[in-house]
Amino acid sequence: MQRIGVFVCHCGTNIAGTVDVVAVAKALGQEPGVVFSTEYQYMCSESGQQLMRAAIREHKLTGVVVCSCSPRMHEATFRKAAALEGVNPYMVEIANIREHVSWIHKDMAEATEKAVILGRAAIAKVHLNAPLQAGESPVTKRALVIGGGIAGIQTALDIAEAGFEVDIVEKSPTIGGKMAQLDKTFPTLDCAACILTPKMVDAAQNEKINIFAYSELESVKGYIGNFKAQIRRKARFVDETKCTGCGICTEKCPQKKVPNEFNMGLDNRRAIYIPFAQAVPKVATIDANYCTMMKTGKCGICSKVCGTGAIDYTQKDTVIEREYGAIVVATGFNPIDAKVYNEYGYMDSPDVVTSLELERLMNAAGPTNGTLLRPSDKTHPHTIVFVQCVGSRCDETDERGKPYCSKICCMYTAKHAMLIREKYPDTDVYVFYIDVRTPGKNFDEFYRRAVEQYGVHYIKGQVGKVVEQNGKLHVQASDLLANEQLHIDADLVVLATAIEPDKTARSLGTMLTASMDTNDFFTEAHPKLRPVESPTAGIFLSGVCQGPKDIPETVSQASACAAKVIGVLAKDKLTCNPCVAHSDELLCNGCSSCEKVCPYGAISYSDKEFRGPNRTTLIRRVASVNPAVCQGCGACTVACPSGAMDLKGFSNKQIMAEVDAICK
Amino acid sequence: MSHGNNAAEQVLRSSGVDVRKCMRCGKCTATCPAFDEMEYHPHQFVYMVEKGEIDKLAASPSIYKCLSCFACVERCPRGVEPAKLVEAVRLAVIRKQGMNHLATDAIPALLDEEMPQQALVSALRKYSK
Ligand SMILES: Cc1cc2nc3c(=O)[nH]c(=O)nc-3n(C[C@H](O)[C@H](O)[C@H](O)COP(=O)(O)OP(=O)(O)OC[C@H]3O[C@@H](n4cnc5c(N)ncnc54)[C@H](O)[C@@H]3O)c2cc1C
Ligand code: SF4
Ligand code: SF4
Ligand code: SF4
Ligand code: SF4
Repeated sequence: MQRIGVFVCHCGTNIAGTVDVVAVAKALGQEPGVVFSTEYQYMCSESGQQLMRAAIREHKLTGVVVCSCSPRMHEATFRKAAALEGVNPYMVEIANIREHVSWIHKDMAEATEKAVILGRAAIAKVHLNAPLQAGESPVTKRALVIGGGIAGIQTALDIAEAGFEVDIVEKSPTIGGKMAQLDKTFPTLDCAACILTPKMVDAAQNEKINIFAYSELESVKGYIGNFKAQIRRKARFVDETKCTGCGICTEKCPQKKVPNEFNMGLDNRRAIYIPFAQAVPKVATIDANYCTMMKTGKCGICSKVCGTGAIDYTQKDTVIEREYGAIVVATGFNPIDAKVYNEYGYMDSPDVVTSLELERLMNAAGPTNGTLLRPSDKTHPHTIVFVQCVGSRCDETDERGKPYCSKICCMYTAKHAMLIREKYPDTDVYVFYIDVRTPGKNFDEFYRRAVEQYGVHYIKGQVGKVVEQNGKLHVQASDLLANEQLHIDADLVVLATAIEPDKTARSLGTMLTASMDTNDFFTEAHPKLRPVESPTAGIFLSGVCQGPKDIPETVSQASACAAKVIGVLAKDKLTCNPCVAHSDELLCNGCSSCEKVCPYGAISYSDKEFRGPNRTTLIRRVASVNPAVCQGCGACTVACPSGAMDLKGFSNKQIMAEVDAICK
Repeated sequence: MSHGNNAAEQVLRSSGVDVRKCMRCGKCTATCPAFDEMEYHPHQFVYMVEKGEIDKLAASPSIYKCLSCFACVERCPRGVEPAKLVEAVRLAVIRKQGMNHLATDAIPALLDEEMPQQALVSALRKYSK
């Protein structure tokens, strides 16, 4: 029989204003096993804890019930206090009589009755509680960052700064992400490359950072502190250790007709290429889909001109295996495909471009060397129309669009409009907007500058259609404030297309058992209080993969993410939550029901020998739970048809005892 | 919403439109090919029904000028379907006995060689009870 102490908290008037705490303490004092019962103003205060500790000593308590606020608030406080007196922390139970009682009831008699009932349930549970010991697992002191955009780079630099090793796995031939493609950046208008490339070089030179570019994650096993990852290093057909990045091969390659993805297909590159001058690693890559040598066996020019003999047409993918203590997802985003918006004529005219294409058309290293020219006839556009919210903020019934605001387009369009008006003052710039959303430090001022100093025409309304007519783009739009329909003959139309998570995010999420929302953005463990952690232990989130963000926000989140990763890597051992599932091998029939529902991949099966009748042995497949991976969600205990799965600290028996106490 | 306005509620019910979904982007009005002919434009239909101003809409020639092309329905990013409101207001008016916009007898005089038969049928559907 347990010796249980009950402590009823007033929480000032928070509880005592609605619950007769004296009556509750008295009623619960009558329960079997309860040897001490009292109430107090603030149980969580230092003196409240002292009171509890004194009672444990004096009455030799083996179990404690605190009737107070939600266990999310102070369960840890009371467990620690009990542990200081030698009572196992898992012998402490909380009855939540604040959020579940005083805050939601008005009538004192009713509230008091409910508080007593919840207290009884907690007492019934403590009777069945057993001391639990938290286990420990070691930590591999290396982090994996998936995605080498500004988010991944910043997180890696910060982790390395703290002295830990980091690997960056980037699927494209270079790190840098979308920021490398931008021209100038709001709100300060500094050149993207000027602030990004030093960071790329830092990452490359940092001896704690390994960059696996042109690589993808193949598989991940394990759990926080102990991940094992297989990384596929895709064949570049160029030996990274020999290539000096001189670029001679990219000049001599005769295959000149490959759409250049770095310039958004606005010009062509060769079959062997280095995406841009400051690429990291600065190594050439052969695009096997276009290389004549790979396709027909004839050519080999790059191999002939390469001074270091780096070209290797027979190179194969290799798969390496590495161990990590923590994994960071930094897979970023892409603009949605503007093709589906045929009313804007994206497929009909090359002069209808997306905002990211415009970045390349304005970039000094872009296809026009930074002079803004229409893609169709390479002339200066004199009238430019920007269309906001293309594919953002749509109803869920709209198959083409996304329900969220993409957050960055209002600002980058103000930037584009301003830069164009600055460089080409003879250009008329119209921006059709639904709302102008510019919260952020110096952001609204930035937008107002576009209107007031640069004379950009902001029009509240939308573009209905764009039709090519005699070399012009006929734009039909609404001006809601004037209640007019406008007809503008434009030279260039720019679509601020919505952004969406990288297409690989969904499969990556499945591989990592990291949850994501319906839009494929990774979900954070708590939207306010744990914004850079995935609910899956050991998986962290950095940058736009978690939700739309600009660069300042991405970098802040990337550093926050690094801090969380460092918190894991700095530990030699991790304490595991002892409230994990375990299966009773005698009851388990190996049906796999539990494995299918476990969101964390904690359950595996093995064949075990059991003694059968008449000295025979039986081999049976039974489930076992890896306690380091199990998060104690309890899904398996419900799914198990034979009642073999149970959760420590929340066993079926304990829960039924609570239910019985409530229904009594 | 229409604050207990019966006419507005009837329009909402018969159209099945949820006017609260409108984000006032104006893409419907930007798209509407009958803009110049219409006194009230598709986004105004949405807003005015929401405010309960059915009488104004019912008295406006706009309800007959709308081409029922459904371009506004097709383009609305929020699935609001403004043309269904135009249709619902028109129907409410026409259903009041004797309010046919076009009497059947008046049609022969309007006929023209080039006019497709389909247009005739759809005009009857649109303009009379
Ligand atoms: C047109 C336009 C203009 C902009 N202008 C500005 C501006 O002026 N100022 C500003 O602050 N912000 C601006 N932004 C926003 C800015 O681009 C983003 O905030 C920033 O790029 C986010 O960085 P990221 O690292 O999260 O994502 P990304 O830049 O998308 O990087 C993600 C990286 O991960 C890699 N990756 C993806 N999936 C995998 C995988 N499965 N395995 C391995 N690697 C993977 C990708 O190849 C990429 O390199 C603009 C955006 C656009 C579209
Ligand atoms: S940021 Fe502006 S342009 Fe982009 S979706 Fe939001 S409101 Fe529309
Ligand atoms: S409780 Fe069960 S379902 Fe939940 S993580 Fe543990 S093993 Fe998986
Ligand atoms: S259905 Fe009517 S209101 Fe809608 S776009 Fe066509 S003409 Fe305009
Ligand atoms: S297009 Fe749809 S959301 Fe936009 S104003 Fe018209 S009805 Fe409202």
